[in-house]
Amino acid sequence: MTTLIESPPADADGLLPAKKKSSGGGLGQYILIRFLLIFPTIFILVTMVFFLMRITGDPITAAMGGRLPPEQLQERIHAAGYDRPLFTQYIEYLGQLATGNFGTTLSDNRKVTEMLTTYGSATLELSINALIVALLVGIPLGMLAAHRRDHLDAVLRIFAILCYATPVFFAGLLLKLTFSVWLGWLPVAGRAKTSSELALTSLQAPTGIYWLDALRSGNMAALGDVMAHAVLPAVALGLLTAGIFLRLVRTNVIGTLGRDYVEAGRSRGVSEFRLVTKHAYKPALIPIITVMGLQIAVMLGGAVLTEKTFEWKGLGFQLATYLTARDFVAVQGIVVLLAVIVAMTNFIVDIIAALIDPRVRY
Amino acid sequence: MSTPDVPVPVANPRAPFYRRLPVVSHFNKSVGLQRGMLVIGLILTGLFLLTALLAPLVAPYGFSQLSDADGSFPTQQPPGGKHLLGTTVGGYDVLSRVIWGTQTALLVIVVAVVLSIFAGVVLGLVSGYLGGWLDRVLVVVADAIYAFPSLLVAIVMAIVISGGQSSLLGGIMAAAVSITVVFIPQYFRVIRAETIRLKAEPFVESAKVVGASNLRIITRHIYRNATRTLPLIFTLNASEAILTLAALGFLGFGIEPSSAAEWGFDLNKALADTTSGIWWTGLFPGLAIVWTVLGLTLVGESINDLNDPRLRGRKRAGGTSTAPANTAVITAEGSAS
Repeated sequence: MTTLIESPPADADGLLPAKKKSSGGGLGQYILIRFLLIFPTIFILVTMVFFLMRITGDPITAAMGGRLPPEQLQERIHAAGYDRPLFTQYIEYLGQLATGNFGTTLSDNRKVTEMLTTYGSATLELSINALIVALLVGIPLGMLAAHRRDHLDAVLRIFAILCYATPVFFAGLLLKLTFSVWLGWLPVAGRAKTSSELALTSLQAPTGIYWLDALRSGNMAALGDVMAHAVLPAVALGLLTAGIFLRLVRTNVIGTLGRDYVEAGRSRGVSEFRLVTKHAYKPALIPIITVMGLQIAVMLGGAVLTEKTFEWKGLGFQLATYLTARDFVAVQGIVVLLAVIVAMTNFIVDIIAALIDPRVRY
Repeated sequence: MSTPDVPVPVANPRAPFYRRLPVVSHFNKSVGLQRGMLVIGLILTGLFLLTALLAPLVAPYGFSQLSDADGSFPTQQPPGGKHLLGTTVGGYDVLSRVIWGTQTALLVIVVAVVLSIFAGVVLGLVSGYLGGWLDRVLVVVADAIYAFPSLLVAIVMAIVISGGQSSLLGGIMAAAVSITVVFIPQYFRVIRAETIRLKAEPFVESAKVVGASNLRIITRHIYRNATRTLPLIFTLNASEAILTLAALGFLGFGIEPSSAAEWGFDLNKALADTTSGIWWTGLFPGLAIVWTVLGLTLVGESINDLNDPRLRGRKRAGGTSTAPANTAVITAEGSAS
């Protein structure tokens, strides 16, 4: 542990001033250190979540309290081993996690890892769709705002702030009201019609990402249906992030537009459009990618709310269901699982940032 | 990307005290569109505060009132007549719940931000100034929490504090503390980075030479300088506090409708109404959230821009300023959380 902490930890957005001079260590060394740093992060989160959730009492009382007579409750607590010392349980829990066992839910007795394989792809699909919307909306508009800096800039910035100020579930509710209930253009909720869902899940080795499955099997009717279902959730979740991207691109492009080499390009007759989209935009990409990594965490949080709004049967929808059922074993399992996913994606994003900009490396 | 070198304008020390207050000094510096945004933000926020303070006078009914002298309220009644914004499926008056909701929101913001500023600033100062293993442990823990989806942190905390069931005070405290845990790492990081920068300044060294104690240096010399960026983070976080509270409410961790009005909880209940075309139960609480967050964010964004000379509009026409190579870290930070 100590050797790990010696090196500066994952410095996602550069707030740590303790930057060591590179002692000839190249990209390989950076990737290795960064990879090893995943483990303390996950370890800390797992430990905190475990002890926090157990401070209040055992999960069985939380789930069944009041519905079972006290003797039966005690019996079940004893059977599950929740009456042993907390530290023993903690060690056992760590051992289970190390072997990939995230626990079994109390309310419907399923394995949390099995839940990941069933519902994880739905959440992944939603996140990809939303990310596409966010990038398509945020980056061009951000460049436009940086370039214009007049009334249009003000309008775009208000739009960005509105995106950020509108909770995803409210945006989703409005979209649903407008496009599904009043106009009747798009389906109200879910991921696909029952018929296309059946067709897609009966495929050989389905990826679980419906539009990909539909494309692979050439089922165009199902593809159209899946797309129609995907639009509203993707827009609701994507706009939240689009506002952040817009702001970020704008600020960073304005920063780089003031540099000398942009001025030099302008004096050589490079068009304004090219200056913004090539010269100023590329150096502005690095902070954008770093923030994009942090956005993945925001997106997962937003996905929970979006899935609940649109009854999109993914991990977030399950989480909300288990929260209502007070099944805290399941909640803990999903939360830890998401922690692992976030840590992994942050690792990947940091590596991408290091590949683009050699200065990022330790 | 190294330390956040956010240029903070040093207000003219000879100006009268009230003109050096954060928002007032920013207002005087702003021009044109930026002043417009700041003013709109201040108006929205002001109306929110006013409504929260005057809720008992403004609201036509109580937030959990189901009947008056004329009998029970009708359920799911469209806006108009006795119920300006209609009634919910349970028979609550939508307008009254929207108005009372401002009080809940304000209470949560105040408790959450005060708690997290206090904890974050103290930890950041101590960690940054003393360094050593304590610093390293705190940084790793803060990083771990910071990288994690804040909504999930808030959910875990809400389970810990209230086990999910909430009375008025319990519910507000649960929401506030959940939000606090999410925010502490942000304050901690900003303050710690500032502290480390200030620690190397000559005035700290001279204070040491004079024989000032660590406590005195931290409280008198570093604290005063390190907390200049706080008004900005404060406004950004206040808006996030509202969003987190609403999200918790939407997931069913809200405050029971009989103990307080909470917009997120109302939206949760309104979700089922949408399919039958009932729009008023969801639209108005949602607009209230957008209103409040928009106001606070406009104020925060304007302050951020006015603090950064490159983004600040100029009163006189002038050339583009050559800028230091670091771009609005705070914007990225505040929005990323």
